[in-house]
Amino acid sequence: MNARRIGADLLLTARGYVRSGIGLFFSLVFPVILIALFGLIFSTGSSPPTLYVANADHNSAASEALLAALNGTGAVHVQFVEGQTAAGFSAYLGRQQDSIGLLIPSGFGDAYANGTPFNLSLYVNPGDAAAAGAAEGALEAAVNELNLAHARAVPTVGAAVYQIGGVSYSYIDYLVPGLIGFSILTSPMFAMVDVTSSYRKEGLFRQLSLTPLSRAEWLTAKILWYTLLTLVSAALMIGMGYLFFGARLQITASILPFLVLGPFLFVSLGMLAGSVAKTPESAAIIGNIITFPMMFLSGTFFPVSSFSPPLQSFAHLLPLYYIIDGLEAVMLYGNTGRAVLDLAVVAVIAVVIFLAAIVAFRWRET
Amino acid sequence: MGAAIEVHGLIKSYGTTRAVDGIEFSVPVGQVFAFLGPNGAGKTTTTEILEGLRPRTGGEVRVLGLDPWTEGARLHRRIGVIPQEFHFFEKIHPREAIEYYGALFGLRPDPRTLLERVHLTDKADAKFDTLSGGQKQKLGLALALVNNPEICFLDEPTTGLDPQARRAIWEVIQALRAEGRTVFLTTHYLEEAELLADQVAIIHRGRIIVHGPPAAIVAAHGRPDRLRFDGGPEIAAVLRRETPLSVSLRDHEVDVELGVPADARRVFAALERAGVPWERFRIERDTLEEVFVRLVGRMDDGVLKGEAAP
Repeated sequence: MNARRIGADLLLTARGYVRSGIGLFFSLVFPVILIALFGLIFSTGSSPPTLYVANADHNSAASEALLAALNGTGAVHVQFVEGQTAAGFSAYLGRQQDSIGLLIPSGFGDAYANGTPFNLSLYVNPGDAAAAGAAEGALEAAVNELNLAHARAVPTVGAAVYQIGGVSYSYIDYLVPGLIGFSILTSPMFAMVDVTSSYRKEGLFRQLSLTPLSRAEWLTAKILWYTLLTLVSAALMIGMGYLFFGARLQITASILPFLVLGPFLFVSLGMLAGSVAKTPESAAIIGNIITFPMMFLSGTFFPVSSFSPPLQSFAHLLPLYYIIDGLEAVMLYGNTGRAVLDLAVVAVIAVVIFLAAIVAFRWRET
Repeated sequence: MGAAIEVHGLIKSYGTTRAVDGIEFSVPVGQVFAFLGPNGAGKTTTTEILEGLRPRTGGEVRVLGLDPWTEGARLHRRIGVIPQEFHFFEKIHPREAIEYYGALFGLRPDPRTLLERVHLTDKADAKFDTLSGGQKQKLGLALALVNNPEICFLDEPTTGLDPQARRAIWEVIQALRAEGRTVFLTTHYLEEAELLADQVAIIHRGRIIVHGPPAAIVAAHGRPDRLRFDGGPEIAAVLRRETPLSVSLRDHEVDVELGVPADARRVFAALERAGVPWERFRIERDTLEEVFVRLVGRMDDGVLKGEAAP
């Protein structure tokens, strides 16, 4: 390994990369756009969903009490709908954008006064699980209040909700490590798959084989370049998260090993994929087959804990999962033990893939 | 002077086909050697074996006394190569490319001098993908010279170039020879080989069918020189009657084969005596190209007819 040769190749790589523009866009600008986009979507304080209420039990004390209790939960915004029958209400809701609705059938007040069991009808749209959940929760709380009042009882058990670690994390806090992982994966993978297969097709590797530059030196220069890009893009994303979206992240030197090992792993993986493919076209397909599942299932946009158990097991097979998990351990929870474990997994995978890439990658034909 | 390149019984097989079938030649130091042959004859395979880009199946190869395949790293510091259809990184400028190669070889070449040598100074700071085909080849040539090579391998350096760019490359090759470097050249252009090469070898179906200085090959395998007159049957009739030479008539052109140059005197004397008017004449001599076409064609005919190849 010769530092001058690595330096010369690094300089050449940087020049080509910066001049072509497209790579720079995907490695630096695109992650920032993603942060801004997702940050804006999820950080604007969302207002409670609208609950359409059709009250067929006009002016009974019980229905007034129920609506007051519903309002009191603050989980839904009550909007009255006039002149709806039970049959027409569902259709009416179907025409609304936010389709959750409550039908209070006539006779509710009498039933409540007499203590006869009685059902209220709640209409929800399974497609909008968040609104449905809010409506069900609010109604259950309101109905409980009425039941307790009817029984003249006093609640004995209460619950106070606290968030883990004494800090409440918002989506943006998870998004920053997730998207750093996203850019660690995509920017070297897509570029290296393309470079490895097209340079071979154009005979550029054969040409380089006629110089003293070695394959390991060439690969080292690429790893250095993508590490540099990753450091810059991670700094940009953390800065964006901090400045514009109030992300609460612990910035420590422990982030760095992930920002170095990550590009090391995916530069090697990209070169491996590009080397085993016969043509640039098949290389792109192999690259996509590797990249896309990892891009979505490693905790980049959605936390892995929200997946079904089989999908979680699958996520644990993906190298990027350990990078994002480790970044979260460092940046959110300050869980050093977990971060070290993740780092060890990433290091082992990276070394294995690097060696495989060196073996599979040939300058010249045999 | 010793040999820069020595090849003995070189064989290269791909599966059951023999791309190169036991060829022999050597290139003395300081000469331009042109390696010719139709497409698929084994030219590029041989060239790549000499450059250390491909292993051989059998035979002995020494380039500057080294085995190109096992001692490639040492060899590559002493040779320069332009591969067929030279490519470089799209967004890199020629000046930067030369500095890059210099750094790889541990040298500090002056980009200006090298670009002047190949007439590319005006494009020193243009992106590679904006260069024309000729300009790209010139950069390839400049890069091949970065390490001050003892042998330059030029694989079809002028293919697809316009006549001006081709001439510029020829000048560079002649300058390389004048500096005492050895040049190994493959080309499709026979006039290029005839102009530049001290020696040529023609390879066909993996075998060398003829080898030597271009003039000697033309003398040995070309037809005799011919006098060609613009004129009709009258001239042909006189010459057939008055001389023992072979005369042919075609499209108002009369060709007389000269056994020896002095036969020309007999032709003009005969025309003078007969009082036949003639306007223009010229001497027709086979070029390397015609010899090449005939030798390769004869061999193909032989193979097609099932005869043994020479």
